[in-house]
Amino acid sequence: MVEFKKFQLDNGLRVIVHEDSSTPMAVLNIIYDVGAKDENPRQTGFAHLFEHLMFGGSVNIGEFETPLQVAGGENNAFTTNDFTNYYMQLPAENIETAFWLESDRMLSLAFSKKSLEVQRKVVCEEFKEHYINKPYGDVWFKMRELAYKKHPYKWMTIGKELSHIEHAKLRDVKNFFFKHYCPMNAILVVAGNVKTAQVKQLAEKWFGNIPAGKKYERQLPQEPEQTQARTLDVKADVPLDALYKAYHIAPRKEYGYYFAELITEILGGGNSSRLFQSLVKEKRFFSHIECYQTGSVDPGLLVIEGRLIKGVDMKEADDAVEEEIKKMTIGEVEEKELAKVKNKTEAAIVFEDMSLMNRAASLAIYELLGDADMMNTELEKYQSVTAEDILAESKKIFDKNNSNTIYYYSNN
Amino acid sequence: MNRKIAPQIKNAVDFHLELPPYEKYVLKNGIEVYALNIGELDTLMVNFVFAAGNWFEEKNLVAATVNHLLKNGTSAKTAFQVNEHFEYYGSSLSRSCQNETAEIALHCLSKHADQLLPVIAELITDSVFPEEELDIFKKNSQQRLQVSLKKSDFVAGRLIDSYLFGEKHPYGKYSSLEDYASLQQDEIKNFYQQYYRNGKCVIFVAGKLPKNIIEQLEKYFGALALHVWDNDFKNKQHPAIHAKQKKYNITNDVNGVQGSVRIARNFPNRHHPDFQKAGMLNNIFGGYFGSRLMANVREDKGFTYGIYSYLMNHIQESAWIISTEAGKDVCQATIDEVHKEMKLLREEPINEEELQTARNFMIGSVLGDLDGPFHVAGRWKNIILNDLDKNYFYNGIHIIKTITAEELRELANKYLRPEDFYELVVV
Repeated sequence: MVEFKKFQLDNGLRVIVHEDSSTPMAVLNIIYDVGAKDENPRQTGFAHLFEHLMFGGSVNIGEFETPLQVAGGENNAFTTNDFTNYYMQLPAENIETAFWLESDRMLSLAFSKKSLEVQRKVVCEEFKEHYINKPYGDVWFKMRELAYKKHPYKWMTIGKELSHIEHAKLRDVKNFFFKHYCPMNAILVVAGNVKTAQVKQLAEKWFGNIPAGKKYERQLPQEPEQTQARTLDVKADVPLDALYKAYHIAPRKEYGYYFAELITEILGGGNSSRLFQSLVKEKRFFSHIECYQTGSVDPGLLVIEGRLIKGVDMKEADDAVEEEIKKMTIGEVEEKELAKVKNKTEAAIVFEDMSLMNRAASLAIYELLGDADMMNTELEKYQSVTAEDILAESKKIFDKNNSNTIYYYSNN
Repeated sequence: MNRKIAPQIKNAVDFHLELPPYEKYVLKNGIEVYALNIGELDTLMVNFVFAAGNWFEEKNLVAATVNHLLKNGTSAKTAFQVNEHFEYYGSSLSRSCQNETAEIALHCLSKHADQLLPVIAELITDSVFPEEELDIFKKNSQQRLQVSLKKSDFVAGRLIDSYLFGEKHPYGKYSSLEDYASLQQDEIKNFYQQYYRNGKCVIFVAGKLPKNIIEQLEKYFGALALHVWDNDFKNKQHPAIHAKQKKYNITNDVNGVQGSVRIARNFPNRHHPDFQKAGMLNNIFGGYFGSRLMANVREDKGFTYGIYSYLMNHIQESAWIISTEAGKDVCQATIDEVHKEMKLLREEPINEEELQTARNFMIGSVLGDLDGPFHVAGRWKNIILNDLDKNYFYNGIHIIKTITAEELRELANKYLRPEDFYELVVV
């Protein structure tokens, strides 16, 4: 049970406090309700590039990092297709430094030309490091375009292509800031060795006089139901053939999401999972296979991906995967197997909550979804799932017309 | 309120840092258990460390293979049954093999410990390494290696280790497809007999410990034929051979768009009086986001997504490494900037402001890192496996708080000279 208090400033900023006196540290986490899905299709990668620019100095503070380091703190941020999250951890005595820094960059940025120039290059190198200079690095660009035809999940957080990042202008940076980075579109979480009254006072002091801004009303094109199986063949300079399959699942806040999560555990969670046991150990078709879901707010994807053993035929390997999937749709899972994946989920939640930083981020993300208290009811939701639910949801997810398959061939 | 003025802070030197002490127990067979009973949540870690790293193998990959296949079957259970058992209780049982040590680590909810510990005892005493499991492992590992060899960072990591220590040395050798092919079941079993069943072992437990945890460890492990851990590795001799040639340019992928840059020199281990001081210099040089290398090569030039320097985590002999993935066209420019930063550190004393920032940052990060039972246990494990004691921790804190700019400049003159470093670029 993670205890917290919640209040709102007059400018609309929502604040959550999680007191934990067992640690000498404090975390200040702020989430902005903007992600790659909110980008212009001709300027993809912008939300993430912008995240880099948030470290390039703000209106009153020339340098962001140094004062935080002087206060014994460290920080980072990440961008997803759904949101952008920033966090700092520092000794609790110095928490006001975090308020000072974080509030000033919400007030306004320095909008330095040099910072934009350098970070464009840095992000291009990040793009190359993770997606170009790496075998199979391009597969997710292709899979997203295959699975999503309308919804902006069709592009990657890093951006659709390098040129979109290279062409970013300072004017775009300013527009993006004033549209999304304001109290109305943010949630602040302060966690650790702090008191609620103290956080209230500091939040008023540093964030209270920032103009509210306008609530961003999201109007995204929704993905129409997929009505036909889609396939794509790719040939690339990789050592081994690989198989990728993706299926649309329910959005984050629906029960179907929890069913899908447990289905991925049954199929691919650990070395006693079905796909590993059947396809890596018994049939020896794959050297490696996994199953996971993308965890997105709007309807995401359940993914199966594997590398084939050299000499195994792609079609034969795909059929073997299909056979395992079919089993999910014709019979209920055994009690013991369902208990196993629920126990795994319980332990995963407890272990994740050990870290103060994770607790702060989770509170922010759940509040963004609608209610921070969801953090405390997740386990119950997983516990309530029945074998019937899994069967019914499997039939929906693994409908032939809902599948997207990539045959990724080695051309050596 | 003036937003241009930073709030008051408490300085690093004013923080009092304490490493929570362990309780030590000795099982009937002499095995030492270091216990850290801290933590709010019902989580538990039990970490078994064996003197079973690749230092002890006669043939490449044997140590890593034994470690990996510990979970792949006993005389009573198949690999599937072993995995299912640990996964049923929501636990993870990880294995890892390093140079001197090899480990088994259990992470579970405290309430499940008594279901899981006996099966770990079974793995330590009764693993059978079935032929078909070994076959699958060999094949799958070969395939994984083929993919890794396409990555410039993987290739660069192997090569720089081999220049520093030699291809025959445990720290410098690397695996080939043929090494996997030649693995034999009997050499796997022999290594297991000698270094696990009858091996040297030490146990670390941390978390919210069940009241009877020591009784349980006694029950399942106190009667095994294990030997007491020591830090004596002299029964195997592996002299390091340092490559003569200092500079290397390797093309791994003609279509590569980045180069993996590694710049490295040999360095003594933690017992050397300069080691912890060099840790401080390293931080300022390339150890954190505010470091000089990051500020220059990433934040000013935009050559890379990240550049770091670090001291390698080896027990007997370390190395000092600078590592980055840089745009293909700017690899040499990156190396030039690294040299410039070395020169600056040799010639100009670090100003008080920068030094104070580094001190505060490092104290803050130690403070943050002492949060939680597993991190504290990790620090103790490092101290014990390296044959050090708590003074190592407190001396480190003292150095962070008091080392002078002049001392750091002297260290830079002693250790940060480009002519002592290997330089490697793999595209």
